[in-house]
Parts: sequence; C-alpha cells; structure tokens
Amino acid sequence: MSSALPYYILLLPLVSAAALLLFTRRYASLSAFVSVGASIIGFVCACLVFRESEFATTDLPWIDLRPLFYVPIGLTLDGLSKTMLVLVTGVGGLIHIYSLGYMQDDAGKSRYFASLSLFMFSMLGIILANNFVMMFIFWELVGVSSYLLIGHWFERDAAAEAAKKAFLTNRIGDFGFMLGILMVWSATGSVIFRDIAGKMTSLTSHPGYLTIAALLVFCGAVGKSAQFPLHVWLPDAMEGPTPISALIHAATMVAAGVYMLVRVGFLIQASAQALHVIAWIGTITAVMAGLIATQQNDIKRILAYSTLSQLGYMIMAVGLASGEAAMFHLFTHAFFKALLFLGAGAIIIMLHHEQNIWKMGGLGKRLPITCATFLIGTLALIGCPPFSGFFSKDTILGLAYEKDKLIFYIGLCTAFLTAFYMLRLVLVVFFGKPRSDNALRGDEAPFVMTGPLLVLSVPALLAGFGFFAKIFLILPRVEEAGHVVPTLAVVAMLLGVIAAVSLYRKRESDPIDLAFLRKRFYFDELYAWLIDITQEFLAGLSAFIDHWIIDALGVRGASTTTWGVGSLLRCLQIGNLQAYAFIFGLGIIGLIYFAVFK
Amino acid sequence: MIPLILVFCPLLAAVAVLAGAPARQTSLSAAAITLLAALFAFANFDHTQPYNFITSFPMSAEWKLNFSLGLDGLSLIMALLTAIVTLAAIWFTGEITRHENAFYACLLFISAGAMGAFVSLDLFFFYAFHELALIPTFLLIGIWGSGDRYGAAWKITIYLATGSFILLLGLIMLYRSVPEAARSFDLRALQTASRAVPADVQQNIYLLLLIGFGILISLFPFHTWAPEAYASAPAPAAMLHAGVLKKFGLYGLLRIALPMLPEGARHWAWLLILLLLGNIIYVGLVTIAQEKLDWMLGYSSVMHMGYVFLGIASGNILGTSGAAMLMFAHGLSIALLFAIAGEVRARTGTLSFADLGGLAKVMPLAGLAFGLGAFASIGLPGFANFAAEVMVFFGAFHNGADMEQFHVMQIATLLGLWGVVISAVYMLRAYRAVFMGNMPERWASLPDLRGYFRLPITLLVAALLYVGFFPQMFVRILTPTFQNYFSQKVAEQ
Repeated sequence: MSSALPYYILLLPLVSAAALLLFTRRYASLSAFVSVGASIIGFVCACLVFRESEFATTDLPWIDLRPLFYVPIGLTLDGLSKTMLVLVTGVGGLIHIYSLGYMQDDAGKSRYFASLSLFMFSMLGIILANNFVMMFIFWELVGVSSYLLIGHWFERDAAAEAAKKAFLTNRIGDFGFMLGILMVWSATGSVIFRDIAGKMTSLTSHPGYLTIAALLVFCGAVGKSAQFPLHVWLPDAMEGPTPISALIHAATMVAAGVYMLVRVGFLIQASAQALHVIAWIGTITAVMAGLIATQQNDIKRILAYSTLSQLGYMIMAVGLASGEAAMFHLFTHAFFKALLFLGAGAIIIMLHHEQNIWKMGGLGKRLPITCATFLIGTLALIGCPPFSGFFSKDTILGLAYEKDKLIFYIGLCTAFLTAFYMLRLVLVVFFGKPRSDNALRGDEAPFVMTGPLLVLSVPALLAGFGFFAKIFLILPRVEEAGHVVPTLAVVAMLLGVIAAVSLYRKRESDPIDLAFLRKRFYFDELYAWLIDITQEFLAGLSAFIDHWIIDALGVRGASTTTWGVGSLLRCLQIGNLQAYAFIFGLGIIGLIYFAVFK
Repeated sequence: MIPLILVFCPLLAAVAVLAGAPARQTSLSAAAITLLAALFAFANFDHTQPYNFITSFPMSAEWKLNFSLGLDGLSLIMALLTAIVTLAAIWFTGEITRHENAFYACLLFISAGAMGAFVSLDLFFFYAFHELALIPTFLLIGIWGSGDRYGAAWKITIYLATGSFILLLGLIMLYRSVPEAARSFDLRALQTASRAVPADVQQNIYLLLLIGFGILISLFPFHTWAPEAYASAPAPAAMLHAGVLKKFGLYGLLRIALPMLPEGARHWAWLLILLLLGNIIYVGLVTIAQEKLDWMLGYSSVMHMGYVFLGIASGNILGTSGAAMLMFAHGLSIALLFAIAGEVRARTGTLSFADLGGLAKVMPLAGLAFGLGAFASIGLPGFANFAAEVMVFFGAFHNGADMEQFHVMQIATLLGLWGVVISAVYMLRAYRAVFMGNMPERWASLPDLRGYFRLPITLLVAALLYVGFFPQMFVRILTPTFQNYFSQKVAEQ
C-alpha cells in the first residue's frame, strides 16, 4: 500500500476547493459534481487506509529551527484517527450528496461546495495531525470554514452576525489552546504528541503547571465543542444551511474538541484536578442545554441544544478519564444526529423554510420516509434500547456511576430531559393537526435527500452493537453494578417520554411557558452586557485618549503653539521640492560633518 | 549586479517618467523588471554565504565610504516585499487627473528609496535612501490625498522628520563610539567594531535608535500620525508606506540596533515590552472603536507592528526570524487591504461603516480579495502571517521560560495572544459592516473590480500563501543571517 495515500485523502478536498474557487465558480453544477466526487473518492480511500494495519508516512518539515523549534507536517495513523477518517468522510460524503438536493437552486452553490470541500480538508487535518501546531492550524481552518458556511447567506443580517459570533467565540477558546500549547512546548521542548508523551515526567514533576497547561488545552475544546461557558455560538450557527448544521455543527466539527482531548489523553489524564474540572464542565453543559432545549420552538435550535447536551456527555466521559467511552458516544451520535438534522432539513425545505415547530403538525402522513427515519434518530438519541444511543450513553452513565455519583444522577436527569424534549418535538411536528398552510401542502423531498436519510438510519440503529462498533472502536470495559445503570437509564427515558406525551399530545400551543429557559438563561444578554462594559468601554476610552491626549499632546499641540513652523506648512502646500531637498541636504551634511571632523 | 537593478530600475524609471515617458507603461515595466530581479535573487540565493550579490563602488577612501550593495537573508526578503508591493501599488493606481507623471514618479521614488535602504551595506546610504523615500510620501499625501490632506501631510512630515533626526543622531553616535581606527560606514565592519562599545554607551545609543526607528514604525505612543496619514493618502501611497517603507524602522532595529548594541537592547528590554503592549492591546482597543474602514486599517497596521516588536524583544533566532517573516506578511496583507479599501472609496465616496453593507453581493471579487486580506491579517493558518506569528509567540514565550512562575516575556506573550482575539474582533466587524448583511439600495448598481485587478490580487495572495504553506523557504534563509548578526551573545534575558 502506497504510503502517500493518507496525504491524498487530506489533499483531495483542498484541491477540490481550490479548483472550485479558481475555475468553476460560474458553473455551479460542475462545482457540485467535483466536490461530491472528491468526497466520495475520499471515503473510498479512507476505507482502504482503514483496512491496512500498518502505515509508514514520512514527516515533512514545516518550520525547522532545530534544536529550538520543530514543526513537521506529519500524520498519525492509529485506530483512533482511522475510525474518525471513515466516520468523517462517510458522513461528510452523504451530506455532500444531500446538499445536491438542498442547495439545488441556491445562487451561491459553487461557493457553498468550495467551502464544504475546505471544511473537509480542515477536519481531516485535525484528525491526522501528529503534533499540536499542525492540529492548531487545521483547528483554525475548521473555524474559518465554519464561518464561511454559517455566513453562506451573508446578505442576511442574522447569518452575518452568527458567523462572526461563531468565529470570535472560537478564537477565545483558541487563545487558551495556544497558550496551553506554548506551556507544554516550553516544558517538554516539543510539540509532537509522541515526543511529549515520552517526556511527561518533566510536566508531572510540576503538578500545578501541568494542571494549568491541561486546562488551557481544554479551553480549545470548550470553544470548538461549544461547552459552557462558550456554548453561545452553536445555537446561532443554525443560521447556516441545514446540511451544514448536520455536518459541522452536529456530526463532525463540534466533535473535534472531544477528539482532540482523546488524542492528548496522556496529557489530560496526568492531572486529576484538570479531569475533575473537565467532567463538571461537561456535566453542566449537558444538563443546562437539556433544560434550554425543552422550551425552544425552532426545530433546528432544539436539535442544536440537544447537540450541546450530548457533547456535554462526551466531555463528561473525557473528564471521567475514559476516552473510549467518549469516542463511542461521538461515533453513535455522529450518525443519529446527522440523521436528525438532515430530516429537519427535509421538513424545512418542504415548508418553504419554516422552522417553527408550532407552524408544523401532522407531517407524519405527508413525509413518511422522513418521519420514519426521524423516529429512528430520535429513539437513538433518547437512548431507547436497542438503538445505538442506548449503548453509548449507558457506557458513560455506567462510568459516572462508578466514579462520581453526583455526576451520574445529573446525567440521569439529562437523559430524562432528552427524552422529554425530543418527544415534544416529534409529537408537535409529526402528529396532531397541521397548524399552517405550508404544513398542508408539499411532498416528500427528492431521493438525493431521502437516500442519505435511509443510509444513515442503518448505523443509527446498529452502531451501538458490539459486532458493529468493535470494527471501529476499542469499547471500554464496563464494570457496572449489575443492571442498576441500564435500568435507571431506561426508567429515566420512559419517564421523559410519558411526561412529553401527556403534556404535548394534540396540543395547539405550548402549555409550559418558562421565560428563563426560552431565553436560554439569558446568557446572550449577559455576554452582550459584559462585552459592553469591558471591551466596548475600554475601546471607547482608548479611542478618546488617543484622540484627545496622545495625539493632542503630540503634533497638534506643537502646531498650534509654534506658529513659526507654519512656513513649513506653506512649503508643503505649494509642493515645494526645493524645501525638502534643502532639509534633506542639511541632514546629510550633518552626518558627514560629525563623521569626519569630530 | 542584481542589487543595482533592484535600486536603479525604479530610480531611472522615475526620472524617465518625470522627463515625460508614458507614466503607467514605464512604471509597470520597471516594477515588473524589479520583481523579476528580486525573484531571481531569491531563487539563486546561497544561504551558506552571509552576503550574496555584493556590488561595491568606492566613493571616498579617506572616509572609508563605499557605495556598496548586497543581500543577506533579511535584505533579500525585504527586497522581495518591496518589489511585490511596488508592482501591486502601481497596478492599483487608478486614473490620476492632475500631474499624472509626477504621481507615478513619486511611487517609483518611494520604491527605489526603500529598496536602496534594504540592500545598502553602508550606513550612509542606508539612511540617505530612506530620506529619499520619505519626501515623495509627503508629496503624495499633500498633493493627491483626500480629506484633511494638508493636516495629515503636515503631521506625518513633523513626526517622520523628527524620527529621522533622532535616528540620525543615534547613528552618528554609534559611528563615533567605536575606536577611531575601526570606524567605518560599512555595516559589516561596523558590526565587528561595535563589540568594543562599552555597555553604558550602548544603552544611550540604543535608546535613541529605539525612539528614532520607533517613530518611523509608529511605535506606541508615537503612532498617531499613521492612521491619519493612511486615511488621507491615495491608496497606492498607503500601500507602499504601510506595506514597505514603514518596515525600514524594523529592518533597522533588526539589522543595526539589535546586533550592534546587545547590551543596550538588554537594558531597555522592559521599555520595549511596555511600548509593544501599548501597540498590541491599547492600539488594538482603539482599532475596535473605529467607525471608518480606512482608519480601522491604519490603526490595525499600527497594532500589528506590536507583534514584530514582540519578535524583536524575544532576543532569539526563532522570534526574530518570525518578526522578519511577519514584516513580509504584514506588508503584503495590508497592501491588499488598502488597495481594496481604495477601490471601495473610489466607487462609493465613503468608507464609513454606517453607510456601507452587503457589498459582497455587487462586488464579489472585492469581497473575496478583502476577505483573503482580512483573514491573512488576523493570522489565519495557510497565510504567511500565521506562520510568522507562531514563530514570534514561541520565540517570545521561550525567553526566560521557567516552570515555577511566569516572567515578563511570558506575560507579554499572553497579552500578545489576546491581541489575536482583538484583531479578529475588529477585522470581522469591519468585514461584516462593509461586505456582509443588508445592502443599502443605493449601492445596488456598483461595478465590481475590473478583471485585470485579478493579477495584483493574485500576486499578493499567492505570495502570502506560498510562505504560509512553506515557511521553511524563508526560515532557511533567515536563520543563517540572524546567526551572523547575533554571533555576539544575544540579548536574551
């Protein structure tokens, strides 16, 4: 097997993006064809790589200032990255195909597919990176492709704002990430994961330093995986086209934070304090997002908060020192959440971009395929046995039961909330009576869109079973106390279902009205206020000082007091070159005078 | 031979244009030839030798004054920058209604002056060439500027003349501080001779050079001339000054102050760190508060100088190489941004955020080009700016690193990193305000950039991407140069 194959997988989408940008901008269908083709070839190559057990790739120097600083472009090919390769190219490929239908008549189709290819390039780079700086490079590129895709409909103010917010929130996380990288490098002298792992003693001998470094690295994941307190960008990111929400803001990009933490697990797990903080950040995010989701009315926002909540579970698992459990949930979640978002997209297209669930209703009869696949996704998400989400969530809960009972109970509450808001969504959207004209008309989406739904529902159903998952993952050993955990999890799920059914069956409007949940705990308002009193205030103050003090004390003060130099100004107005030549000449004469005669 | 082409091609073209040769064709050809020469030098540069392509003409044996030109790694990169930005600036020059030939001649004089300063191996010509470049800058603003052009030209004249004067004083003191027998204008000889300069003298001279060069670079708090001048200047002048000529001061610090006065650099490190944080944090905040695109760009260019200073303050090869690369990267990206801003102003007559919006819809090429420039300037990976900033941050963090506690340089790095967030804030805000969102009706029929502007845009972006993807191409050239400069013990704290 050629050792350059992984590089081809990485570079193929970049070539596709460049080709789209440079050559095929005017030919939208050709652009779509190139981009979809590249993603499918990428998937095939990823499968080939996955089958090979050993791969020798060579590192290329990116910056080589050895012994001080060395950053190679090099690839990691272990079980973890190979699984992610298949997952990302597979789900990504399906979403490329689905986009053919969803973006069929969009004016910016070429731009869309170019950004999508750029995203695939960046995401694959994160997966394959063998060192911190390279990972950071692709980390930022993922951020920018997400910016481009959220802001795809840039002429809409909401989309423009959301794109900016996503990028800036991620930058704040990346600030910490970079600082963490600097600290790790400073202590170990390397940015390459393998070298750092070998030099962990230089870090573990300074536990405080290690904890700070680990938490700073975790900051990057907080931003990218939208964990509390940097979670605010993800729901707004739903302004982008729905396939993007499925690919980037559900299945892959937001999972990059979890993947990164698993990749540097040797670093994170060396500090017990850091693990503790991480576990709690995940727990808080899980339950908080679950609560908010119960009171949202936009179908994509409900799914966005559910993504936050599930990411919280994954981060919780990382914090409980089980990368395997986190990866297991990441793996199953990618399938069923992509499925749910694509189903939502099919509904939104049919209703002419209506996203309010209370304007839907009775869609089950009109959209049978969408409805059936959406139900499979829902059952997987709420952890109903034997769907995939049951197994992965159960693993995490079992882990929490073993290590921290409080986290376990909060996790159970979240499971209850998940079942509650998802059933609310399903009941309001697919059952009852149609509540708007749009909901009365329209048909099932074309096959390019329903096809990916059908394909995705297979792993959404099966991915939890050992025979399927073991091909891709190392499953964590669960040493739970008998059947306590699965029983409790199923009970919590059933309670959620029952509560939702009794409250929302045949409802015309929401019987519950909790403003602080609907307003998402006022986080956006709080942050806007914080930015206002810090950044905006300081910026205004600095601008004032700059204009009225620094500038005024400088030349403006001098020019008003010393009118003698006014004649210089007059020279300038005439554009008198002689005056300049004269001054210039004086300078030269001065230099020579000092040099020669002193 | 190569340095002679680099300097005299634009210089002679300027004279020819003044004498009545067709302005645009002559200027473009001269700039193209210069760029080819610079690329030839880059391709044939032998980085095992400290200096390449040395050309020397004795001027005065008595004063040991030679007109000698040559390229080391740093000058090569600066020459490349000058050549690229000159071609782009001339290409982006629109219709000039009055004194067209004089306008082009001014641009060429700036280019020749900057190029001369970068490739001179002689202190006298290093200084003189820079003076040559300054005068046309004042003229371009005073005669062809917009807004309060007299005020702006006046201010930049006062500031830069003062800076040059302080610098001159410092250089003379440096020349006179070495023992009489060893005195020379030759930079290489002077560097060897400067080892004899005692520490206290070094401190005094370094301060003069820091302030003199600092004013020219818009070091905080001597920066207020820059945004005003760039807002008033015609776009090609802003491109050349912000992109190229301002780097003269940084080049001087790296080429003269740091290698020849290491004791001075160590002594004043605290001051430099304080002032550069002023550039990054304080000026960064001022940039956020701007409500006009040209002012925002002007302040952002001041702010980004802070990162170059951070690289200089790192005192190691990693940081200074990063600083040199950042000078190159910043020059290209700011030139691109000023060019597009100029085109927008030429069409709309305003650069105020409140009046603009959604322009990417009617000007997709402008939107794309500005977007590329904006993302380059906030340090997106793939562009040279990112690679350079990574080296600057790692270099700065390395200085005095200690696992027990953070030292000054680590804190400066931390604050500098926060500056990366600040620059993303103002750049994305500006992009959002000008190119995204709802478009006011009256801009619905604006024409996009003319197709032939694709060439200079491609040139600038391609250079940024090339170095961003293969920074080793520059690192390879810069490392031996800085090893040569710092063959004396470097000022690491």
